[in-house]
Amino acid sequence: MTIVRTPEELENLKEKLVASSDPDRPRVSVCCGTGCRVLGSMDVIEAFRTELGSRGLGNEIGIVGTGCHGFCEKGPVVVLKPSGIFYQRVGVDDVAEIVSESLLNGAVIDRLIYVDPASGARVIYEEDVPFYQKQQRLVLDLNGDIDPTNIEDYIAFGGYYGLSKALHQMRPEKVVEEVTQSGLRGRGGAGFPAGLKWSLCREAKGDTKYIICNADEGDPGAYMDRSIMEGNPHRVLEGMIIGAYAIGAHEGYVYIRNEYPLAVENLRIAITQAEEYGLLGQNILGSGFDLSIHIRPGSGAFVCGEETALMASIEDRIGEPRPRPPYPAVSGLWGKPTNINNVETWANVPIVIDRGREAYSQIGTDQSTGTKIFSLVGNINNTGLVEVPMGATLSEIVYDIGGGIPAEKDCKAVQLGGPSGGCVPKEHFDVPIDYESLQELGAIMGSGGMVVCDEDTCMVELARFFMDFVQQESCGKCVPCRLGTRAMLDVLTGITRGLGQEGDIEYLEELGRQITASSLCGLGQTASNPVLSTIRHFRDEYEVHIRDGRCLAHVCKSLILYSIDAEKCTGCGRCLRKCPAEAISGAKKEPHVIDQDKCVKCGTCLELCKFDAVVVE
Amino acid sequence: MSFQPTFDASEIEDLLNGKRGGEHPSLMSVLEEVQARYRYLPQDALILISESMGVPLSQTYGVATFYNAFSLKPKGRHVINVCTGTACMVRGAKKVLERISDRLGIQPGETTEDGQFTLETVNCLGACALGPVVVADGAYSGEVTGAKANALLSKVMAEAKTV
Repeated sequence: MTIVRTPEELENLKEKLVASSDPDRPRVSVCCGTGCRVLGSMDVIEAFRTELGSRGLGNEIGIVGTGCHGFCEKGPVVVLKPSGIFYQRVGVDDVAEIVSESLLNGAVIDRLIYVDPASGARVIYEEDVPFYQKQQRLVLDLNGDIDPTNIEDYIAFGGYYGLSKALHQMRPEKVVEEVTQSGLRGRGGAGFPAGLKWSLCREAKGDTKYIICNADEGDPGAYMDRSIMEGNPHRVLEGMIIGAYAIGAHEGYVYIRNEYPLAVENLRIAITQAEEYGLLGQNILGSGFDLSIHIRPGSGAFVCGEETALMASIEDRIGEPRPRPPYPAVSGLWGKPTNINNVETWANVPIVIDRGREAYSQIGTDQSTGTKIFSLVGNINNTGLVEVPMGATLSEIVYDIGGGIPAEKDCKAVQLGGPSGGCVPKEHFDVPIDYESLQELGAIMGSGGMVVCDEDTCMVELARFFMDFVQQESCGKCVPCRLGTRAMLDVLTGITRGLGQEGDIEYLEELGRQITASSLCGLGQTASNPVLSTIRHFRDEYEVHIRDGRCLAHVCKSLILYSIDAEKCTGCGRCLRKCPAEAISGAKKEPHVIDQDKCVKCGTCLELCKFDAVVVE
Repeated sequence: MSFQPTFDASEIEDLLNGKRGGEHPSLMSVLEEVQARYRYLPQDALILISESMGVPLSQTYGVATFYNAFSLKPKGRHVINVCTGTACMVRGAKKVLERISDRLGIQPGETTEDGQFTLETVNCLGACALGPVVVADGAYSGEVTGAKANALLSKVMAEAKTV
C-alpha cells in the first residue's frame, strides 16, 4: 500500500503499475456483474483458478474478475487477453478446454463463439461484436479491464488524474466553470446542467455543505448505475471528490438501493482503499482538502429517488418529499446547502476534468453533450448496457446494437424513462436521442431504462402496470398523487378487464393533466406520462379494448379466450394432465376441449402444446 | 434458515451499544439489523430502540411502516421474491407470479399460515437480461416460465418439509 501525497507520486505509482504489468501477458477477463453471477460466473472464475493452478500456470496467466461488461444476454462472458477472443455463455465444463486449446494453443473453440443473430456471422473477437462496435464507451470503458475491488487497476489506467488536476492545477471556481462549459447535464432524468447546479450550491451561504450521490436507481428496467458502481466504483468516488472540492463540501453521502448488494460491497471496498491511498479523507493528495464519504443503504422506497425525499431518508425520517424552493443547493441535508447528482453524472466528472471541456463537448450534440448509458431490455435480442453518444437514434440502438427483436416479431415501441417516461413508437425511431427531441415526442430521457416492446405487448396493460407501480410507490403526502393515480389506475384496470366505457380515454387525459399540474414532487408530476404517451401513440389500442372488448396482443385475460383447434389436436393429453383448473377434457387420441367456465386463462396449455393446437383469441 | 428467534432485549441493547459512538447513529441501520435478525420488527424492539436512541416512538413507527424493507409481522422462513420490473413483466412475470400465488394460496406480501412461505414482489433487481427473475431464499433463477416456477416451488417446498 502506498500513500499518495502529490501529483508526482500518483504519476510514479501509475508508471510503476504500468511497468510491472506486461501487456502481452495472457490473462482471462471474466465478467462478474450481477447478471453474469446469476448465470454462474463465480464458479467459472473458480474453475479457471483450479485449472491454471493444477497446470502450474497460476503465475503466467492472470485472471481478472471484472464488473459488468454490459452484454448480459450472453453471460457468463469471458474475454481472453491480449488476443481479444470473446466467449459467451461459458460454463464450468468449458474451462479446461479454454485453457488447453485457446490460452495455450491459440485455437478458437467454435461452440463458444458469438453468432450475430442479425447477420448469422460468427464473431471471434470482442471488438468485432456488433453489440460493442457501435457504442462509444466513455464511462463504461474500463469495465472489462479492471478489477473493481483493486484501486491500483483504476490508477494504472489513469484513474484519479482528473482529481489530481483539479486539486493542484485549478481553483474551485475554475472546476465549476469547466463543468459548466463542458455542457454536462444531469443523467438522472431531467437533464439539469450540472455546472449550474454546482455553482448555486457553491455560492449558497454556509460553512457546512454536503454532496450526495443519488444511487437509488429505482426505475424498473434500469441498471446503468448499478453496473457503474459494481464495475468502476472509483470513478464515481473521483467525481464526487472533485465536486466536493469545487463546491466546498467536506462530507458526502452515497444513498444506494439495498437491492444492489454487490454495488454496496464494491463501493465500500473502494472507499476504504481510497482512504488508505490518501485519495479520500484528510489532506487528499497533499492538497489540504478533506472529504469523508458515507454509504447509506436505502430501505426500498421508490420515492426516495426524489431529492428531498432522499435527504429526509438520510436524516432517518420517512421518505416524504417537501415543496421546493428552497432547493437543496440552498437548504438541503440538515438544512445545509447540498448538491445532489446521480451516479452516472458523477462518473462523467473525472472525464470532463481530465480530458478538458473542449474534448468532452465535442461528443454528442450541441445541447446534449457526452454519452448516455441505456439499459436495453425487454423483447430484444441483445439485452444489456449500451453507451452511445447523445444524438444516436433509437433505430441504431434497437437494430444495430440490440440485434433486433427475437423470434422475428415486429417491434411496436420503446418505452423510455420508466414510470416517469413515455413510449416512442417505431415510426419515430430515427429521431436523435437528446433531452429535447424526446420531450417533443412525449417521452423523456429519464435515467436510461429502455424497454423494447414487441407486437405481443399490450400498451394499455403496460400503462396500467406503470400506474399500479406509481400508485403503490406514492408516498401519500399530496392528494393529487395519492388519489389521482388511484382513480387513473381504477379506470385502466377496468379497461383491461373489459369494463371500459366511452369517455374513459378523455377522462384519463383530463386526470393526467391535473395530476401533472398539481402534484408536489416529480413522482406525481410525471406519473401520468406513461398513460398519456400510450394514448397519444396507441389510442386505437385503447379503443379496441373499450369498444370491441378485445386485446389484440392477447395479454388482458378478461378479453381473451383459449380454445383447442380440433384439427391440430392429437389428443396426447399433455395439456389435460397439467391444466391447474382441470378445465380440459377429452378421450385419448381424440381432440380435447376447454371448458370456458373453468378456464383460468393461465396459458399452461399454450406453453405445453407441441402441435400448436391451442389458439388464443 | 433458522427457526424464528424469540425476542431478546439484551441482543438489541448490544446492537445499540455497538452502534453508538459513530458520527451519525442511524435509526434505519439499527432497524435493518433487527429486521435481518428476527425477520420482522417486534413491538418491544421498536420501543426499546426509541427510548435508547431518544427518537420519538411515532417517528420510529413511521419509518418502520413506510419502507418496504421493514415488516411488523414475521416473514416466512422461506421468502420467494418475484421481480415485477418492466423487463421481467414484458417477458411474462405476471404469469409466473400468478402461478406461484395460486400454488401457495397467498397474495404477494402475504405469508402462509404455517409461517413457511412469504411471497414478495420487487420492482427491479437490475438483472433484466435474465427476466423473468425469481429469487427463492436469496438464490436467483432466470428466464422463469410458468412450468419452471412450478418446478422451483416444488423444490423449495420439498426442502421446507425436510427441515
